[in-house]
Amino acid sequence: MASLADDALPVAAPLEAPPRAPEDFYRHAVVTRTTHWINVLCMVFLIGTGLNIFNAHPALYWGQYGADDDDAKRWLEIGSADAPDGQAYGFVRIGSLTVKTTGVLGISKGASGQPAAIGYPSWATFPSYRDLATARNWHFFFAWLFILNGLLYLLWGAFSGHLKNDLLPKLKELSPANIGHDIWTHIQLKFPKGEDSKRYHILQKLSYAGTALVLLPVMVLTGLTMSPGVNAAWPWLAELFGGRPSARSIHWITANLTMLFIIVHVLMVVLAGPINEIRSMITGRFRITPETGK
Amino acid sequence: MNLSRRGLLTGAGVGAGGLLLSACDGLAHSDGITSVVKSAEGATRRWQRLVSDRNALAREFTTADMSPIFKANGSKDPQDPDYLGHVDSKFANWQLKVDGLVNNPMSLSLADLRAMPARTQITRHDCVEGWSAIGQWTGPQLGPILKAAGLRTNARYVIFHCADNYGGEVSKGGEQSMSQYYESVDLIDAFHPQTILAHSMNGSPLTVAHGAPIRMRIERQLGYKQAKYVMRIEAVDSFTGFSGGHGGYWEDRGYEWYAGI
Repeated sequence: MASLADDALPVAAPLEAPPRAPEDFYRHAVVTRTTHWINVLCMVFLIGTGLNIFNAHPALYWGQYGADDDDAKRWLEIGSADAPDGQAYGFVRIGSLTVKTTGVLGISKGASGQPAAIGYPSWATFPSYRDLATARNWHFFFAWLFILNGLLYLLWGAFSGHLKNDLLPKLKELSPANIGHDIWTHIQLKFPKGEDSKRYHILQKLSYAGTALVLLPVMVLTGLTMSPGVNAAWPWLAELFGGRPSARSIHWITANLTMLFIIVHVLMVVLAGPINEIRSMITGRFRITPETGK
Repeated sequence: MNLSRRGLLTGAGVGAGGLLLSACDGLAHSDGITSVVKSAEGATRRWQRLVSDRNALAREFTTADMSPIFKANGSKDPQDPDYLGHVDSKFANWQLKVDGLVNNPMSLSLADLRAMPARTQITRHDCVEGWSAIGQWTGPQLGPILKAAGLRTNARYVIFHCADNYGGEVSKGGEQSMSQYYESVDLIDAFHPQTILAHSMNGSPLTVAHGAPIRMRIERQLGYKQAKYVMRIEAVDSFTGFSGGHGGYWEDRGYEWYAGI
C-alpha cells in the first residue's frame, strides 16, 4: 500500500532539507478581528463604569431583596471602618471573613489625591471620581455596542463554522490525557510551533468558548435582570437567577471571571510572542515559525 | 542609582496614569461625547417598550417575601415650613392639586384619596444604587384620577411636584446643588395599572421618611421615579421648560429620564 511504502521511505535528514521560509498563515477572519477590537473598547469602558456603579452600593446579596439592614442576605461588602485606635481601615468582608485592604479597596487615594472611603479605587473606575449618573450612561451605551457586536460575532461564528471548527472542543480533545498534556506544556511555557500553531489547543478552546458562549452571555442576562422594565417584560429572567440581588451578585462574579480571563489572555499573548500575536489580530496573518529538528 | 531609576519609573508611571485618568475624565465632560453616549437611553426605552406589553405588570410578591426593614432613602425629613405645618396637622388641610393640561383641575384631600378605590401591591423597589427592598403599597390608581380631571389631547407627560427641597449627591466630581424634587412620566406609565398614589405602606399610613402623605409608585422604573411628598400633579406637553429641563431632579443631574434600566 502507498502509505506503507511512504512510511518505508527513509526520512530525509534535516540538514539535507532546503531551509523552509517562515509561512504567513491567515489565522483570523475580518469579522473576528473587527469584533475583537470593538470588544476591547467595550470591555475597557464596561469594566471601568461597572466598578464605579458598584461603588454606589458596595455590597452584594442573595435573594429577592437586599439593602443596608439585610445582614442575613449580604454575602460580600467592601467598606471602611475605624480600628479601636481610631485609625480608619478599608476591608473586604465575604461571609464572616474580613480582610483588611486599606489603600486598594474600601479606602484608597481618591480622585483629589486625598484618602477616600470608596469601594474600588479611583484609578480603576470611569470616571475616576464617584459619578453614578455618568457611569450608568456610559455603561449602557457600551452595553448596547457590546451586545450588537457580540451578536454579530456569534451569528457569523455559527454560520461560518468558526465556533464549531475553531472554538468548540472535539470530544476526543476532552480526554484527561489531552487536557493534562496541554496543562503540562503551558506550565513549561512551551507554545505550539509550525503546523501545530494553526489551531487552538484544549485549554485555549475551553477558555475562549467558555468566555464567548457562557460567561459573557450570562453577564448580559444578569445585567438585564437588574432592570425593572425588563423584569416586567420577561419575569422568567429574575426567576432564572433567583431575584435581582442574586442577578447582581452573579453579574459581579462573572465580571471578575471576565477580568481574570483578560489578564491571563494578555499574559499568554505576551509570553507567546506579542508582535506576531497582535499582528495576527490586526492583519489576520500569523507567522508560522518552521519546526526545527524533530 | 537603582533606587532613583525606580523612583523615576514610578514617577513616570504615576504621571502617565494621571494623564490617562484625566484624559478619561475629559471624555465624560465633553458635551458632544455625552450626547452620543446618552443616545443609548432612547434605544433602551424603545427596545423595552417594543418587547414589553404596555400593561405588563411588575412582579407582585406575597407578605412572606417582604423586606423586614424597608430602607428609606433620599429625602427623609423635608424642612419646608408649609410641609412641616401639614405634618403637625396630620395632613388634615393638605390638598393634592391636579392641574395643567386638564379640563377640570382638581384639589383632592387625603381623605378624598383614601376614599377612592385602592390597589394594593407588594412589589420590589429597585434603587439606582443597586439595592432592592420589597414592600406593600396601597393607594388609588393615577389613571382614573387623570381621566376624572379630563386630560387634554395635547397632554404627553405628567409632572409630580414634591415638597422636598433636596441636595443630593455631588455631581460630576464637583458642585452640589439644592433644588425642589420633581419627577415625570409619560402617559404609558401614568395609565399603567400599577401606577398608584400610595397613601399606605405595609398596611399603615405612609411615614414622613417614606413620603407622607403620598408617594408615587411607578413599578417598572427605578426608585428615583417613585416621587415622595407629592403636592401637585401637572399634565404637560413637554417638561423641557421646567426646572433643569430633563424631567426630574435626578434627570437634571445626569440620570436617565427613562429609568426602566
